[in-house]
Amino acid sequence: MIRFLAPLAIFLAVVVFLYAGLGRDPREVPSPLIGKAAPAFELPVLAQPDKRFAPADMKGKVWLLNVWASWCVSCRDEHPVLVELAGKRVIPVLGLNYKDKDDQAKAWLAKFGNPYDLSVVDADGRIGIDYGVYGVPETYLIDGEGVIRYKQIGPLTPAILEQKVLPLAKSLQK
Amino acid sequence: MIPELGHFALILALALALVQAVLPILGAARGIPAFVAVARPVAQGQFVFVAAAFAALAWSFYSNDFTVLNVVNNSNSSLPVQYRIAATWGSHEGSLLLWVLMLSVWMVAVSVFSKSLPDDMVARILGVMGLISVGFLAFLLFTSNPFERLLPAAPDGRDLNPLLQDPGMVIHPPMLYMGYVGFSVAFAFAIAALLDGRLDATWARWSRPWTTAAWIFLTLGIMLGSGWAYYELGWGGWWFWDPVENASFMPWLAGTALIHSLAVTEKRGAFKAWTVLLAILAFSLSLLGTFLVRSGVLTSVHAFATDPRRGVFILCFLALVIGGSLSLYAWRGKKVAPGARFELFSRESMLLANSMLLLVACAAVMLGTLYPLFLDALTGQKISVGPPYFELVFPILLAPAILLASLGPLVAWRKGNGAELARRMRLPAMLVLVFSLFVPLFFGRWALLTTLGLFLAFWIFAGTISALLLRLKAGTKINSAFAGMLLAHAGIGVFILGVTLVKSYEAETDVRLAPGESAELGGYLFKFEGANDVAGPNYQAARGVFVVTKDGQPVARMQPEKRIYRVQKNAMTEAAINSGVTRDLYVSLGEPAGNGAWTARLQVKPFVDWIWGGCLLMALGGLLAAADRRYRAGVRRREVPEAAEETVIHREPA
Repeated sequence: MIRFLAPLAIFLAVVVFLYAGLGRDPREVPSPLIGKAAPAFELPVLAQPDKRFAPADMKGKVWLLNVWASWCVSCRDEHPVLVELAGKRVIPVLGLNYKDKDDQAKAWLAKFGNPYDLSVVDADGRIGIDYGVYGVPETYLIDGEGVIRYKQIGPLTPAILEQKVLPLAKSLQK
Repeated sequence: MIPELGHFALILALALALVQAVLPILGAARGIPAFVAVARPVAQGQFVFVAAAFAALAWSFYSNDFTVLNVVNNSNSSLPVQYRIAATWGSHEGSLLLWVLMLSVWMVAVSVFSKSLPDDMVARILGVMGLISVGFLAFLLFTSNPFERLLPAAPDGRDLNPLLQDPGMVIHPPMLYMGYVGFSVAFAFAIAALLDGRLDATWARWSRPWTTAAWIFLTLGIMLGSGWAYYELGWGGWWFWDPVENASFMPWLAGTALIHSLAVTEKRGAFKAWTVLLAILAFSLSLLGTFLVRSGVLTSVHAFATDPRRGVFILCFLALVIGGSLSLYAWRGKKVAPGARFELFSRESMLLANSMLLLVACAAVMLGTLYPLFLDALTGQKISVGPPYFELVFPILLAPAILLASLGPLVAWRKGNGAELARRMRLPAMLVLVFSLFVPLFFGRWALLTTLGLFLAFWIFAGTISALLLRLKAGTKINSAFAGMLLAHAGIGVFILGVTLVKSYEAETDVRLAPGESAELGGYLFKFEGANDVAGPNYQAARGVFVVTKDGQPVARMQPEKRIYRVQKNAMTEAAINSGVTRDLYVSLGEPAGNGAWTARLQVKPFVDWIWGGCLLMALGGLLAAADRRYRAGVRRREVPEAAEETVIHREPA
């Protein structure tokens, strides 16, 4: 009897796993940086060449670091979401202008609006390597201790903000 | 208008499929002749409507109807006409429609070529196939309508993925799907037999040609896919063990096991339950393959962000069909009477061992394919299982199967004679050993793995030739089933030879060449004469020219291209290949390196075409076997002598 039931049992187990697998994105790779301190840097600020910024300046605050570039098409899709978020003033949004040209980056912000408290210039992409950037846009949620709590690869959407990023940010702000 | 007619035809096909799934099975169970008689005409009617729907979609592509969303997403007005037609099955929706079309082709084939079968059997078979058809038609209509309109119309389409703009891609999916779906016939036969309780040699004889036919298509489909990857992807690999490839390979392994198990069931009446299980598994794996590829559970990005209904629908359908048939198997399988007895050393036990090895290899492929999914579900850990796993496990599992496959045709049914076999194979075995030890030296480099690969290839040749000689010596006629089996086995040998030699002796080098410069590889001198721009119908290309010489003699003029397709803006490497019996030369263009110089990858691949040649021989062997006289309508078993019996060593030494 068992001989004849075994195939069915094995199949049912496979179905359970397939069902569990349905809800998951096979390309969603968790960042090894989550739970680790955000890599330090000190970079010039876009449009304010004499000013420099380091993540340590944000100590005690929960903030978003958004990697963007004027050449990046998905960044333009994401942009209105960031502008709206910045308008609400619930969390500071800082930009990392990645492998971009200063004048093009400035023109882009002038044209589509500037959601960032400030953007730092990572012209050669060296800081991007430290942060494991492999697709722009990417967004990091960093807590008051300077620890990365969440990483979004690809554009932020209102749904991801509402369901994941903002609730997490709120719990960290307490 | 045409798309709406296509949509409507699809709805009518679903209605007919529902009729086909319910009435004939009910009629066969309750003995209502009118219901039983419905099966054939309904199956044929369903084919007419599915074909009409398919034609409507093809017409929309052909006539550049950019009010159809599917056309907008997968075609373009500057796409050459043969690729516009092929784009019909280039999308998710279109390929499912092709799946259903293939299913209805098989149903028509069953309805036409089943004159010698009892009517209630045909009714059950077509009923089961109708049930499958219902599932897929409903899936199409409710989650993946290929005729969805886009109003207002788009000015032009987004073009077919350039990777698919290739002659191999025009015929690869239809072949593969014919194979996938073809196993539904063997599956339906098995379910019908379980429902009926009649599982005998006749049942096996009916199933065999259908199973073999499906297996031929699947073999050709996989071969074409591999060939396509070789020359279209531009880096000279021919098999990547990626989930989509594995999805087609698993049913092939199970189908191969099924073919061999069916042989035993037909000739000796043994392994009935095992054969039924394999028939269920072969088709289940085809469905699983469709699920894996179409649901995006393993491969695609954001597949479920767009439409979670699709994955859930296929999974439910999968659970219903496979779960249902395995339950039926658990319930009815044990009632199957045991077959004829046989000794441990006999052709029966060798075929049983072989089909088990094939199934274990299939399980190993499945484990490697699904393991990342299991691990993710259990622990949230992300890993990927790559070629190293498959390349280690797969040969280890299949080498014993190859060793047995060589001997199988030489061993008698029921009770073989081991001493006789050992005596007969002593000389061939020694020759094979010597050849496989020394042939590598001819290529200039000896390695253990090369010798092992060559040993397997030569061993199967030796067994095949011995079986042929034995039969010729006995003076019996060689029927086409026997010839087909030997040819298919020889095909495996040719395939192994190709794989072994290309893996052992391929050479490649990445070079940067200015016009006029040369590079040497494997005795060939590749001289780069420069690159110029050419315009294709829907792409721009840089075309490099390489003149290849060997010892000063001209060999080939090769023109690899780097194409940019205008609409989707992606770059494609179009490799130049100079094919030969003993080697391929393979040149792919890299990037421009300034001042007219280019980077390029040069490869010399010895005996690589033998890989596909072997697959072709296997398919041809299948064709011969399926065409055997005894499967044709009206030819009864008693008219054909028990052919296989004469080939074997069954006489005790006097």
